[in-house]
This record gives sequence, structure tokens and C-alpha cells, in this order.
Amino acid sequence: MIPGPFAYHRPQSLAEAVALFAAHPEDGRALAGGHSLIPMMKLRLATPEHLIDLGGIAALKGIRREGETWVIGATTTQAALIGHEALPAGLPIIGETARQIADPQIRYCGTLGGNVANGDPGNDMPALMMCLDAVYHLAGAKGERRVKARDFYLGAYVTALAAGEILTAIQIPAAPPGHGHAYEKLKRKIGDYATAAAAVMLTLEAGRIATCAIGLTNLAPTPLLAEAAAAMLIGETPDERAFAAAARAVEAIVAPTADGRGPVEYRTKMAGVMTRRALARAVARIGA
Amino acid sequence: MKKIPLSLTVNGDPVEALVEPRTLLIHFLREQLDLTGAHIGCDTTHCGACTVDLDGRSVKSCTLFAVQAEGAAIRTIEGLAAADGTLHPLQEGFREMHGLQCGFCTPGMIMRAYRLLQEIPNPSEDEIRAGIAGNLCRCTGYQNIVRAIAFAAARLNGENLEEAAA
Repeated sequence: MIPGPFAYHRPQSLAEAVALFAAHPEDGRALAGGHSLIPMMKLRLATPEHLIDLGGIAALKGIRREGETWVIGATTTQAALIGHEALPAGLPIIGETARQIADPQIRYCGTLGGNVANGDPGNDMPALMMCLDAVYHLAGAKGERRVKARDFYLGAYVTALAAGEILTAIQIPAAPPGHGHAYEKLKRKIGDYATAAAAVMLTLEAGRIATCAIGLTNLAPTPLLAEAAAAMLIGETPDERAFAAAARAVEAIVAPTADGRGPVEYRTKMAGVMTRRALARAVARIGA
Repeated sequence: MKKIPLSLTVNGDPVEALVEPRTLLIHFLREQLDLTGAHIGCDTTHCGACTVDLDGRSVKSCTLFAVQAEGAAIRTIEGLAAADGTLHPLQEGFREMHGLQCGFCTPGMIMRAYRLLQEIPNPSEDEIRAGIAGNLCRCTGYQNIVRAIAFAAARLNGENLEEAAA
């Protein structure tokens, strides 16, 4: 399969990239890792006139601490997230999720920014970013703005990213000390999108759940933040009864489609199962 | 569409070429450089038969544009054996342990294992299996592929793989 023709641009700076997108707001597409876009181009489902490769912009790569947050450049690869010297210890759920994306070759290319920005409901990082209350840094001809992950996803492949805007970085609050975390993903095989997946971050105080956030992948046209399920756990003893109640609250908000991964009823139940397992694993990790 | 110049290193040799921006790396390697070792299997980023090593990463060359490899150092299966024909320990391992049947997936398997063994010189069986999770084999059932990679790891233990390949 051979993609349609396009003009290729490889800007060396963010300013140069912003100018290119301003010149081609409708027919320009950002190329990051390319592992979502290039397959679509090979199928001619995407036919950008101008492909703007962000791979040459050093400022878009890398992971750094900034106050009580992590700032991750948009073109930082999944492999770089897994292999970073400090992130896996400080915020281990990032690497745990990255490892469940695709396969080793794809993780060497695929980027965090591409994963969160293209709006594919099957992608794993968006639900995690909603769970972690991450903030996306966007740049365009009119300047920079910041949008919370929780406000970014509007529909399948529809996001708050405006025409001509680029995602430059993802800012994530540092995890509280002693937190528990888990990303539980049910998939049919390596490289598959989730049948259902749940991201959980929580803390305990005096044996009860003090804070909790739950994100859900591939269970609706957008990633979901299970706010009611998380709220009902606050103040509860972390046991199977509480987890089962939260799972029921998750099952009430998901809206999966029937596909090769199973019928709606099955995927709905699996959303509950992944939530229960993620909660149990997160709590067990605090004990460990 | 106008062709643009591309310069990179392939198997240690400098290469200058003109490519259309839409030319995929696998087509560039196979059709412009006549390096037909990397195969087009699924053409959908699943099977890994097109895997080559690019700047210290294993990549599926069906899912990169050749222009993205500007300035890169690429190694393909053709660049693995020594100049005198001595097989690389991975190639020897696949022969000794019967790590292939039809052989179609083998160049991709070996190039993926080449990078894996530099990141994890003494991998466990689980690490080998996780490391080749992006490469499909429809013949062997993987058992002998895992043994072949373990064979190569043992043979290379303590040696520098880049030097062994050079």
C-alpha cells in the first residue's frame, strides 16, 4: 500500500512548525511517531497535502520535573517513557500503561503526544491523562493555551485542538507519596486495542480511601472519567464490596460498541471487571 | 511529486538518494537499494517481517517514510554477517536451533533480537518472548526462535554486539 502524494516539511523549531501550520491549517497534518497516521495514509483514509514532521524539533522531546509536576514533550516516545531514569519511580503508572500499548517496535516510534492528541478512543494514554488530571500545552499562530485532558475529548477523533494548533507538551501532577496505581487492560492479543481498560490512582488514610480517580479506555466515543464511581469510594474501606459498587457505577456510564472484541453486554461487564482489578491492585501496591 | 534528496548510512555505507516523500522505508530499501532481506508481510504494522534497526531502535520499515530516516544509521539483515561471511551469533543460533521453517519472518526476527540483546544481554525466556512480541511467525510456534535467541545471547555474553556485527 502506497500513500497519496504530499509535500514534506521538517521544521527545526516550534516557531517554524507553528508558521507551517498557520500556512496550512486545513490541509496540513502533524507527523509525530506516525504509527496512527501512516497506516491511515497507506489506506488513503488520510490524504494530507502537507505533512509536517515534528521529529526534528528538539524542544518537543524529553521529560523534566517542573515544581510539583512532570512536563513531558509531545514527541517523547513510549519507549522513552518506559526507559526514563526518574519517571518510572515517580509516576509508575505511565510506564505500566505504555508497556501495554502495541509492541516493542511501535513503542520505539509512537509518542505520548500522538497518542493523546489524535482522539482515537482506542488509545490508552487519554484515559490515563484524564485520571491523572494532566494539562495539555497547545501552540498556534495566536499563541499558547492550556487545556485539561478532562476537557479535551469531545467525540471520536474530535478534540479541543483547533485547526493549525500543535500539542507541544503534557503536564502531569506529581503523584502523592504512598499512592497506589494500576492500569488494567483486557485485550485479545499483543497490539490490540482494549476490550476494556481502567486506570486507577488512589491514596489511603487510616485504612480508608482518601482520594481516587478512575479513567476508562475504549468504552465510549471518548475516554471517560468515572467521577461517580470514584466519589463513592472516598471514605470507604478498600474491600471487595466497595470495589463491586464502584464497578457497577462504571458499568452504568460506559457505552461501548459491539465489535470483534465482543458484544456491548460483555464489554460493559469487562469495564466493571477491569475497574475492580485496578482498584484491588492499586490498594495492594500501597500495602506492598 | 518532486523527489527530495536523502542521505543516510545503511549497513555502514553512506547512501545518497532521491526519494518521493511518500516512499516508505521498506520500499526504499528493497527497490532502490536492492536490500530485499527485510520483507513486506502484512503491510499493516503487525507482523514485524520488515523490521530493521534505525539509530538504536527496532522499527517496522513499512510504517516509516524514507525521508524520516534522513541522517540515520540503518542496519538490515544484509549487514549482520561479517565481511568474510562468518554468520552473526543470531544467524548461527537460528540455524543451530532450527529457529525457522519457511524463513519469511526470520530477517525481522533476527533484527529485532539484535536490538533486544543489546538492551538485555542475558534475557530470561519471558523477556525474549516480550521482546519479540511485535514479530509474528506462522510456522514454528516460537519455541525454537526463543531457543535461537537464547543461544545467541549465550554466545555473545560479555561481547559487544555492535562490534560483533561490524
